[in-house]
Amino acid sequence: MNAPEKAQSAIGASVRRKEDYRFLTGGGKYTDDVTLPGQSYAYFVRSPHAHAKILKINKSAALKAPGVIAVYTGDDTAADKMGGLPCGWLIKDVKGEPMKEPPHPPLAQGKVRHVGDQVAVIIAETYNQAKDAAELLEVDYDVLPAVVDAVEALKPGAPQVHDGAPNNRCYLWSLGDKAATDAAFAKAHHVTKIDITNNRLIPNAIEPRAALAHYNRADESYTLYVANQNPHVERLLMTAFVLGLPEHKVRVIAPDVGGGFGSKIFLYAEDVIVTWASKKVNRPVKWTADRSEAFLSDAHGRDHHTHAELAMDKDGKFLGLRVKTIANLGAYLSTFGSSVPTYLYGTLLAGQYTTPAIYVEVDAAFTNTTPVDAYRGAGRPEATYVLERIVSQAAREMNLDQAEIRRRNFITAFPYQTPVALMYDIGDYKSCLDKAQKLADVAGFPARRAEAEKRGKKRGLGYSTYIEACGLAPSNIAGALGARAGLFEAGEIRVHPTGSVTVFTGSHSHGQGHETTFAQVVAARLGIPVESVDVVHGDTGRMPFGMGTYGSRSIAVGGAAIMKALDKIEAKGKKIAAHLLEAAESDIEFKDGKFTVAGTDKSVPFGGVAFSAYVPHNYPLDKLEPGLNETAFYDPGNFTYPAGTHIAEVEVDPETGVVQIVNFSAVDDFGNIINPMIVEGQVHGGLAQGIGQAMLENCVYDQETGQLLTGSYMDYAMPRAADLPSFKVDTHVTPCTHNPLGVKGCGEAGAIGSPPAVVNAVIDALAPLGVKHLEMPLTPERVWRAIQGKPTKVA
Amino acid sequence: MGTSVSLIINGKTVTANIDPRMLLVQFIREHMQLTGTHIGCDTAQCGACTVFVNGNAVKSCSALAVQFEGAQITTIEGIAGANGEMHPMQAAFKECHGLQCGFCTPGMVMSAIDLVKRHGNSLSEQAIREGLDGNICRCTGYHNIVKAVQQGAANMKGV
Ligand code: FES
Ligand code: FES
Repeated sequence: MNAPEKAQSAIGASVRRKEDYRFLTGGGKYTDDVTLPGQSYAYFVRSPHAHAKILKINKSAALKAPGVIAVYTGDDTAADKMGGLPCGWLIKDVKGEPMKEPPHPPLAQGKVRHVGDQVAVIIAETYNQAKDAAELLEVDYDVLPAVVDAVEALKPGAPQVHDGAPNNRCYLWSLGDKAATDAAFAKAHHVTKIDITNNRLIPNAIEPRAALAHYNRADESYTLYVANQNPHVERLLMTAFVLGLPEHKVRVIAPDVGGGFGSKIFLYAEDVIVTWASKKVNRPVKWTADRSEAFLSDAHGRDHHTHAELAMDKDGKFLGLRVKTIANLGAYLSTFGSSVPTYLYGTLLAGQYTTPAIYVEVDAAFTNTTPVDAYRGAGRPEATYVLERIVSQAAREMNLDQAEIRRRNFITAFPYQTPVALMYDIGDYKSCLDKAQKLADVAGFPARRAEAEKRGKKRGLGYSTYIEACGLAPSNIAGALGARAGLFEAGEIRVHPTGSVTVFTGSHSHGQGHETTFAQVVAARLGIPVESVDVVHGDTGRMPFGMGTYGSRSIAVGGAAIMKALDKIEAKGKKIAAHLLEAAESDIEFKDGKFTVAGTDKSVPFGGVAFSAYVPHNYPLDKLEPGLNETAFYDPGNFTYPAGTHIAEVEVDPETGVVQIVNFSAVDDFGNIINPMIVEGQVHGGLAQGIGQAMLENCVYDQETGQLLTGSYMDYAMPRAADLPSFKVDTHVTPCTHNPLGVKGCGEAGAIGSPPAVVNAVIDALAPLGVKHLEMPLTPERVWRAIQGKPTKVA
Repeated sequence: MGTSVSLIINGKTVTANIDPRMLLVQFIREHMQLTGTHIGCDTAQCGACTVFVNGNAVKSCSALAVQFEGAQITTIEGIAGANGEMHPMQAAFKECHGLQCGFCTPGMVMSAIDLVKRHGNSLSEQAIREGLDGNICRCTGYHNIVKAVQQGAANMKGV
């Protein structure tokens, strides 16, 4: 194959990460690490109430406090005609009417709608001075009754969050053929029914959100450093919809970003306010969230209540699936909040199965809680949880083995058109399941279960055979479904005269390791060492454009854009080489970093061509521009469909309800793999978040007052090292058929596949004790109560 | 107005007049511009701010700078070799892919070194998992951090 030194940069090699040295030695540059001369500090005054009218705000004491530069409220933003924060996806309801889109003001306009809602901003010389002055801001509230639960919010007589959204309904949406589904149920041999909750989560990237804005009066330009996953999208939304600024005068830089998981996709009020305020005070303005603010103001995830029914024939073949979900959107529509419980959820309900008829309805409610939006998986974990729980329950009711019922229903022929709009291009679900069963040593499970039984412990095995739709998205399809943005990606390959390369990508790395993976792609293609390739991302001043990183899209869409730019580099390189080698362009081949005249030993290395492009003394100047620098935009032809099998093995102590995950095995099909080490790391991280949801994490609001009860790491159970097992992970490859790298994306799979595997395993363990149902998180108390036959009512 | 404090950070003596409310982590980040030490929470739970004070791991977010008069502070910037070569624990994190976004990483590395100092060079998986209880990572699922600490501990022999 390759020479050893080349193997180092080859696709498929676990190249150690280029970014690690800076992170390991304290050289990372996150937003809060950036200091600008003369910077001031912003502190946001937030609502202590879940729902209240603002009667009066008196700034005078706060304005007189030491170090205070300015105090702004909603009156000031209204006077400057600041727009509301936009929602990027228009959902049409069952009647074809547009969803209700109540205003989302960056600073409250007369009313607050969740604890933590922004009421005012104080700008001062130091952070402590701003915080001290916040204590002096007098706000008179008229407290209103609050509603935090989506089911309650939709009931008649519930407190109304927005005047413009009667009954707190944003939309009632549906997908699928209702008549066909009803017909399928009419001929069913058995129907399995389930009511489940997908618990609300708080993303908790360890770097809190931060924003530092600078206005330059000399050229009327703005620079915003912000912890964000998609700086071009941030800029577009902020300039076009909220501040009305000329886009070309605003540079958004998302430097090193300490994790996102979705929560840093969105345009937040704080980003807008510091940008606006930096001009008003004519000073750089910095805001960094403390963790308590992050709990209150980062968009939350999940929060679904679902009733589902699965119709089967006598052999356990699925005939139809009916799903009714109530989704909590929080107090306002966050940037992509409307799309998560609809097009990222309902479309996934076919899973890996041939279910011919599916109908889903989603009732989406406003409540007095923090807005809910995409969190690792975004809609797909919710769909997978419904489907994989009901399938396992169906197996128990039909007396079928957990794996067998899945096998009987797997899709085996591709491409496959689901009844819920997606066209799966390729997959091999059976092989993933087989491989996962070996990895989990399912054959040895009965013996392990018997051994545990002797110790008084209950062992169980749980499956989840999940699918996800990644690589968002064909822009025309997304547009037809209501997306207000394109979903392509851009990439630029800048070859330097000496043959080294800088890659500019619109994807954004906040832990994913693009600086290494993308460098591998480029190095392998150009036949140069990975050290000769640098990847730059996260700066609207440097990238041609970018839609950013979310939905496991970076390699599938961003990588494809880079490949397209490389095609152009190669094509131009061939023209230059043909001239240098005095041959016909059609005779030039490019391989292993050399342009060769086919069938001869006449060749010129890539670096030689690059040099000629920039020192064009011997160059076809009459036919060709100098330089070797190409940009490409790539719009995907379809979604990609990563899929796999996750198997959890648990041991439960029936005396205490304590659950231990003794084994977790995952076999995923991500298509081709560029860097297996990085891919495994992504799976590990996703699993930790999925297992965290299943075992530990739960966002809880007080039902009466709407106070967030889990607002710190003392109350919100983040998975720690001792809470998790080591994972067994492997892959099975069916290359994606419609992108140049054959890749599908791997960032979310762990969080999507794992929760039902864990819950199914615990139910499997406790089924002999009569336990049929459990809700996440599986705290010892909940499990113990279920064993006692007194299930906990879920908040 | 301020209070004077003098301490030694990464071998350098620093004297400054500071707001007595200034936390050690703020002193390190804002006054010294050593931004490798991070702040991930406000309840002393995440460990992103971990530094050494006189050789022992301390969460620098939960103490005032003025408490450390005369103390020897070592931050993540102070543990690599003179020419920037990584400490064996740093090298093991890179080798084992024990970091993703890098935000928890400085604190993790400091805690890991402290763990080895306290418990020796051969550490079981369980000991490492329990020993890192004060450090939260949201990215890695800890799997590779555990491997890194095991390898780093072994490679710290004789260092
Ligand atoms: S910042 Fe110190 S423990 Fe979190
Ligand atoms: S590497 Fe991101 S929090 Fe640990």
